[in-house]
Amino acid sequence: MNTQAQTTAARPVAVQPPMAMLAELTHRCPLACPYCSNPLELAAKASELSAADWARIFGQAAEIGVLQLHLSGGEPASRRDLEEIVASAHAVDLYTNLITSGVGLTERRLDALVTAGLEHIQLSLQGVDAATADRIGGYRGGFARKMQVAGWIGTRGIPLTLNAVMHRQNLDRLPETIEMAVEMGARRLEVATVQFHGWATLNRAALMPTRAQAREASRIVAEARERLSGVLVIDYVTADHHADYPKPCMGGWGSTGLNVTPDGRVMPCHAAHTIPGLDFPRAPETHLGEIWRDSAAFNAFRGFDWMQEPCRSCERKTRDFGGCRCQAMAFAGDARATDPVCIKSPLHARLQESAEADAAAEGVALVYREGPA
Amino acid sequence: MTGLAEQAVPRLLRGVRTKFDGVRGIWVLLAPERTLKLDAVGAAILAETDGTRSFGEIVDRLAARYQAPRERIAADAGTFLASLIQRRMAEAE
Repeated sequence: MNTQAQTTAARPVAVQPPMAMLAELTHRCPLACPYCSNPLELAAKASELSAADWARIFGQAAEIGVLQLHLSGGEPASRRDLEEIVASAHAVDLYTNLITSGVGLTERRLDALVTAGLEHIQLSLQGVDAATADRIGGYRGGFARKMQVAGWIGTRGIPLTLNAVMHRQNLDRLPETIEMAVEMGARRLEVATVQFHGWATLNRAALMPTRAQAREASRIVAEARERLSGVLVIDYVTADHHADYPKPCMGGWGSTGLNVTPDGRVMPCHAAHTIPGLDFPRAPETHLGEIWRDSAAFNAFRGFDWMQEPCRSCERKTRDFGGCRCQAMAFAGDARATDPVCIKSPLHARLQESAEADAAAEGVALVYREGPA
Repeated sequence: MTGLAEQAVPRLLRGVRTKFDGVRGIWVLLAPERTLKLDAVGAAILAETDGTRSFGEIVDRLAARYQAPRERIAADAGTFLASLIQRRMAEAE
């Protein structure tokens, strides 16, 4: 790592403090979801940061303005010291959210986590019935366990968000997914159409929604939002390969959030490692504030100066920031290109054709996520 | 929902709290997967929303403190609290 080059990197724009941090506590997970957003090269258990390292990182995060902490993985409950990690986040007054499949949680652990300061749980949902959920998650008994954990969360009144990754194999059951969130007493539901990063890139043909499914999902979400106003808040990540304009990825690179991997690499998003030439400093050795403010990786796509046409002169650039840099890299071979989802991209037609072809594929086996060393 | 009944008692739901953000020098409302930056009006309303005072009492206190017309305060506070209820960040009994 060339620290010298990073600390002297030009800062094209005024840097705002980060709002949120995603801490990938481990890449270990009992589940093997084929759409896992973790990188194909997983961090080994032996390389994981200690609870003491995380405590230092949380202290630095609070110091530079992070308000929300998302404890994720892998499965964060796979860490036996999760309670200690939550307590250290609470000690510096970070709003602490646990992103979990539920597997690995017990009633006693839930109570200990709440005592340690946990404020909210985001529970993942692989399907609305055991057969589907256990097949997608690649873990027999996972659904039954999850339902049990959801019950414990409900009994304790812990604020709950249900996170359902939707794809071609389960989008037709979106109405039941929404009903399940209501029955569980969740305040929020994330209808997250699969994003093709990490392990999901190996499953495009098995998971790509059809255009008709994407359209129907938007209709169902709009109807449910209206009907369930004041009962359930629905966040919706659309199937962007069938869209005409890209997502405002991360709310703009290096503008709002940061991601720390199990071994302490600090990245602007969870897929940023797919962009060649970016060097990610490690926390806590390098202070989070220095990484956020000065590192070349965080400054690479800040502001608008890095943009090419058609983004540079586009009136939407302040809204969508040119879309996803990692998707641009994957499709255009250039992280500075416009996201090929955009109708103004020369690759837009090819992206849509490729999405249609993937969506029409039949009998494609799932490639399950593997475990780290 | 556009307002609250005078006798309704609003309160923030569990997992929703205000915090003074020393780095930015502003009050924020922290909620599941959401952070709202509070302006002076929003922060003042939530400072009076303690889970025991009725909406009418909250409006009275704000009107006295800021020497502003009661109807105006009731409209602002009602709209703000109703939006939090609709977003599952608060409730009223």
